[in-house]
Amino acid sequence: MSAIAEENKPAAPVASMSSGIALVKLAPWLYTIGLFAVWELLVIFLDMPPTILPAPSRVFAAIVQYWSPIWKNSLQTLYTTTVGFAIAVVAGLGLGLFIGWSKTIYAGLYPLMIGFNAIPKVALVPILVIWFGIGAVPAILTAFLISFFPIVVNVATGLATIEPETEDVLRALGARKMDIMLKVGIPRSMPYFFGSLKVAITLAFVGSVVSETVASNYGLGNMMSSAQSMFNVPLVFAGLLMLAIEGIAMYALMAWVEMRMTGWAHRSSMSH
Amino acid sequence: MHHLVSIEDVDMRYGGAAGTLAVSGLNMKVGKGEFAAVVGPSGCGKSTLMKLVTGLHLPQRGAVLVAGKLVTEPVSIVGMAFQNPTMLPWRTTLDNILLPLEIVEKHRHRLRAHKKEYVEKAEHLLEIVGLKGFGSKFPWQLSGGMQQRANLCRALIHEPELLMLDEPFGALDAFTREELWCVIRDLHAAQGVTIVLVTHDLREATFLADRIFVMSARPGRVLKEHVVPFERPRDLEVMYEKGFNDMVHELHGEIAKARVAA
Repeated sequence: MSAIAEENKPAAPVASMSSGIALVKLAPWLYTIGLFAVWELLVIFLDMPPTILPAPSRVFAAIVQYWSPIWKNSLQTLYTTTVGFAIAVVAGLGLGLFIGWSKTIYAGLYPLMIGFNAIPKVALVPILVIWFGIGAVPAILTAFLISFFPIVVNVATGLATIEPETEDVLRALGARKMDIMLKVGIPRSMPYFFGSLKVAITLAFVGSVVSETVASNYGLGNMMSSAQSMFNVPLVFAGLLMLAIEGIAMYALMAWVEMRMTGWAHRSSMSH
Repeated sequence: MHHLVSIEDVDMRYGGAAGTLAVSGLNMKVGKGEFAAVVGPSGCGKSTLMKLVTGLHLPQRGAVLVAGKLVTEPVSIVGMAFQNPTMLPWRTTLDNILLPLEIVEKHRHRLRAHKKEYVEKAEHLLEIVGLKGFGSKFPWQLSGGMQQRANLCRALIHEPELLMLDEPFGALDAFTREELWCVIRDLHAAQGVTIVLVTHDLREATFLADRIFVMSARPGRVLKEHVVPFERPRDLEVMYEKGFNDMVHELHGEIAKARVAA
C-alpha cells in the first residue's frame, strides 16, 4: 500500500497541471451540458407544457424523429448562407478596397453605406421576392446584403489607417498610390478583413433564415415557420439548435482561416 | 564647397492662406558628405524641414534645391528614418530592408533578376549595424533598438546621397541610444553619405554633427549655425570633455531663449 502511495506522489502535481489544461479544453462542453441540464430542470420544476418551452430531451427526440427533413433543410440553409456569404466576401473586399482608396470616395460613400446598413434587411425581402420570386435567390441575396457591410467597413478602415510615416517613407522614394496600396495597404487590411469574416458569417445566417421564414419553401427558416403553424414547438427548437450548430461550425472555420492567414497580426500585437 | 541641400528663404504654410505658418524665411545649406543636425524648441518646424527637403511638401515661397536641382516632386536620392521604425510586421526584416528597392525607379525593374546581389547588400548593411543573422526574423521578434537599426538599413539600401533622420533614437533607452550613435557615426564615415539629423537631444547633435542649426520657435527659421570643432573619429569619451559640455550648454541656452521669445 505504502509503496503505491509513494509512487503516486511525484506524479500528482504533473497530473493536476495537465488536468487543468484539460479542464480549459473541456469547459465549453461542460458549460453547454450545464445549460441543457438547467433548462431541463427548469422545464420539469415549472411544469412547462412542450408547446411553450420543450425540454432539451424533447428537442433531441424531435431531431431524431424528424432527422430527414431537418438534415435536408439544414443543408439548404447552409448552402444559401455560404453562397450569400461568398458573394459578400468578394463584393465586400472589392468595395472596401475601392472606398479605402481615396479620402473623397471614403467621405462620399460612407454615409450612404451607413444609411443602407440601417435599413432592416427583412424589409428588403418582399422587394427581392418581387424581383426574383420565392426560393433560394432571395435567401442568398439577404445573406449577402446583411453580411457584406462589416467586411467593407473593416477593409476600408485597414486601408485608411496606414501610418503616415510609412506613407512618407514610401512617397519620398517615389512610390505611386498603387505601390503604397499593394505593398502596405492591402497586406495591412488583411487582419481586419479576416477578423470581419467571423462577424459576417453569423450575420449571413440571420439573413438567410429571415428570408427563408418569409419567402421560401425550403430551409430551416421555412421548416421552423411551418412547424410553428402546426404547434410543433419541439421541432422549432430543433431547427434553432441546428442553426446554432451550423453557426458555431462556420465561425470556428473562419477563426481558423484568420489564424492561418494573418497569424503575424496576433503575434505582433502580443509583443507590444 | 558644393552644397547638396540648399534651402533659400523658404516659407511654408499649412492649411491655406489663413493656416499656420510653420517655417518662415528659412535658410540652410548643407555640404556634400557633411553631417548636419537641426535642434530647436518643439514645434519649430523640424518635421516640416524634413518634408521640404524630401519633396513631400513644396514651399509657398523660396526655393529648395537638392543636388543642385529645384525640388518639385519627391526626391528619390533621399533615405528617411523616423522615431517610429514602421517596419511592416508581415515581412521579415530582410524583406523590410529590401522594400525601397521595390519602389525606387532605378532598382524596381532590376530587383527580380539581381535579387542575390541586393540580398547580399542588405546582409552587409545588417552586419554593419550589428544585426548579422537577424534578416530572417520578423520585426516584432526584435527589440526596439534592433528595429531602429533595421530601419537605418532600410533607409540606406538604395544608396541615397542624403539621409534624413527625424529623431530616430528618441524612443530608446540611454545605452541603446549611445550604441546607435556609434553605428550612425561609423555609417557616415564609411559610406560618405550626407546626413541631416533632426533631434531634441543636444548631446546627440553635438556628438554626431559637423554643423548644428538652431531653429527658432514657430514660425521656424535658423537662429544660429554652429560648427562643431571636435576631431573625427570621435569617441563617446568626447562627451565628458569640457569643450563638449560648454557647447551643449551654449545650445541649451539658445533654445531656452528661443522658447521664451515664442
